[in-house]
Amino acid sequence: MSAILVLIGFSLFVALVFLGAYIWAVKSGQYDDKYTPSVRMLFDDNKIESEKDKHKNT
Amino acid sequence: MNVEKFSYDNQIVKLFTIATVIWGIVGMTVGVLIAFQIYLPWLNFDLQYTTFGRIRPLHTNAVIFAFVGNGIFAGVYYSLQRLTKSRMFSDLLSKINFWGWQLMIVAVAVTYVLGITTSKEYAEAEWPIDIMIAIIWVAFGINMIGTILKRREKHMYVAIWFYIATFITVAVLHIVNSIEIPVSLTKSYPIYAGVQDALVQWWYGHNAVAFFLTTPYLGLMYYYLPKAVNRPIYSYRLSILHFWSLIFIYIWAGPHHLLYSALPDWAQSLGTVFSLMLIAPSWGGMLNGLLTIRGAWDRVRDNPVLKFYVVAITAYGMATFEGPMLSLKNVNALAHFTDWIPAHVHVGTLGWNGLLTFGMLYWLVPKIWNTNLFSKKLATAHFWIATLGLVVWVVPMYWAGLTQSLMWKEFTPLGILQYPNFLETVLQIVPMYVIRSIGGSLYLVGAIVMVYNLFKTAQQGSFVANEAAEAPALIKENNDKFNSHRWLEKRPIQFALLATVAILIGGIVEFIPTFLIKSNIPTIESVKPYSPLELEGRDIYIRESCNSCHSQMVRPFRSETERYGEYSKAGEFVYDHPHLWGSKRTGPDLHRVGGKFSNMWHYLHMQNPRQMSPGSIMPSYPWLLEQKLNTELTLNKINVMRMLGVPYADGYENQAVADLQVQAEGIADDLLNSGIVVESDKEIVALIAYLQRLGTDIKVKPAENK
Repeated sequence: MSAILVLIGFSLFVALVFLGAYIWAVKSGQYDDKYTPSVRMLFDDNKIESEKDKHKNT
Repeated sequence: MNVEKFSYDNQIVKLFTIATVIWGIVGMTVGVLIAFQIYLPWLNFDLQYTTFGRIRPLHTNAVIFAFVGNGIFAGVYYSLQRLTKSRMFSDLLSKINFWGWQLMIVAVAVTYVLGITTSKEYAEAEWPIDIMIAIIWVAFGINMIGTILKRREKHMYVAIWFYIATFITVAVLHIVNSIEIPVSLTKSYPIYAGVQDALVQWWYGHNAVAFFLTTPYLGLMYYYLPKAVNRPIYSYRLSILHFWSLIFIYIWAGPHHLLYSALPDWAQSLGTVFSLMLIAPSWGGMLNGLLTIRGAWDRVRDNPVLKFYVVAITAYGMATFEGPMLSLKNVNALAHFTDWIPAHVHVGTLGWNGLLTFGMLYWLVPKIWNTNLFSKKLATAHFWIATLGLVVWVVPMYWAGLTQSLMWKEFTPLGILQYPNFLETVLQIVPMYVIRSIGGSLYLVGAIVMVYNLFKTAQQGSFVANEAAEAPALIKENNDKFNSHRWLEKRPIQFALLATVAILIGGIVEFIPTFLIKSNIPTIESVKPYSPLELEGRDIYIRESCNSCHSQMVRPFRSETERYGEYSKAGEFVYDHPHLWGSKRTGPDLHRVGGKFSNMWHYLHMQNPRQMSPGSIMPSYPWLLEQKLNTELTLNKINVMRMLGVPYADGYENQAVADLQVQAEGIADDLLNSGIVVESDKEIVALIAYLQRLGTDIKVKPAENK
């Protein structure tokens, strides 16, 4: 059953890559702010269009 | 602050959007066709190119990689640019991604119809296409990572993390699962055999569901749902938590596809445990999605986009609850190989992927064409037709699966099978197949309504190819003291990617082939390699995808050993490149079919199954009786098999074709004695040789034929 070792190896490798990414994300401050990103993504349209949207909503 | 002006590339989003719609219709149409074929076998119009086995993989690949795949790209290319406040890294790579992907889809469609297939589920494409997929996928990855690196927004929104996980994992899965040795341009054998091949296949198959149908769509949900409802996601904290736990757990759940098979028990249990754990992160995502609409449910009433999202996310929740339940061995014993599994899958695909894609398209098309949706009414009608279609599809299939499974397992008080004739259990559920095909047709009709609506929307709008935008440049931190270390720290993704590529190439080239081939060496002495004729017959079995409907895995249940014979042992499959265990029993298991019926029976059965089993829903294979067996590659096939560790004697390849002819003449003579005149060089002879060989290597008492 060496295939299983290969798969575990690759799975662990992928997991380690993700672990590294996770550690980076925490250390670099990606998750310091756990609220505003969720709001900011709502305002990523350019100015012209967002004004138009406001107009539409009224 | 230095504000930079730039533009978003909407052209690429438009291309992927159109491709999504077109392939969606194609894939669903083929799906509807096979749904009808399953009870009206003559609907293949007696053409081998449109027979169930050939076009079932066409359906699965078209909806997964063409419809959902293009949907992912459309969704990612639109949202990633906005989330990073940058144009895509390279317009050229975007174009390569788009045209390469469409070319790949066409190549897949053509080869499958011609019977060029590896038989590995959801990875049936032959090696040149596999290489093509890898190259295009990496082009997509470089484009995405490049965009992320030049982003103007320091924080990476949670959707981006889902996209990154998708890219990395799919790349690894695809490459590991596709390691094969070419016999010719259109034929290859995987280096894994039997149990190992099955394990690799389902490690891939399960994670394809996880990282192609789930993580990218969760990413899309986290972007398009808040946009549509115009309020932030319920809990950003939860989204982070469930993302990381999801990707760490998902990759270990694959073995739940092989419960009660010849896979070692501990590996089966590992799969079960991780599958159960998956409930938590999956439901974290579902609840986060649904709770986002909290306090805004009134908007669902008049917003068709939200309607699609709500049912999509609910379907996701149902499928991810059912999945862990199906991974319990006692539930799996009942559900596996039955129509329960397609029902489970279609809650996920029709519900989660399909409806989310529709919702996204109804939002995206008006956006990039700078207009309003042509008709809300039609979109709402589509929503109801699709939802109804979904229910009419899955409910009869749950019913059918349960009914048939119980019939398979039913014993009389005397301890003999209540329904020894497999066909009886099939005929019982044919009405359910009829209802299912109606459900599928409804779903397709809904999609066609959408095409009209989207077309009209685009027509009334004016497309903006390059949408102007502006954003302040990202301030670079001034810290150049530890140059190389800082460089890596700032570019973790780049670093991770380089490391992935390096290790993958090194590992694949040097380590895996030798390691695996050695371990394929037999463990049961009486198991012998296939004769050249049997090998060619096996390749015809693969070409026609017999494994779409017939398993080759007798599970260790009394109801199965009574019906089929001795349960399957891992050691019996050591020369099976690839394994042909199958995942669905539309017809009976074939692992112990060898010697059960006469050559004449097989001949007449393949000519027209209804000659031997009145009422059978299996298609006829008349072309096998007429086509000449191609033996040009036999020599090469023997060589490749030997390279993979199958112990053919040195120089045997030169004798192979002569041996093949001798064996074929024997079978033709036997058929002649039964009154059937057939030349020994026809394909049917090879197929009969293979079928008669199946499961006969180990000496076991044959099951009584009743």
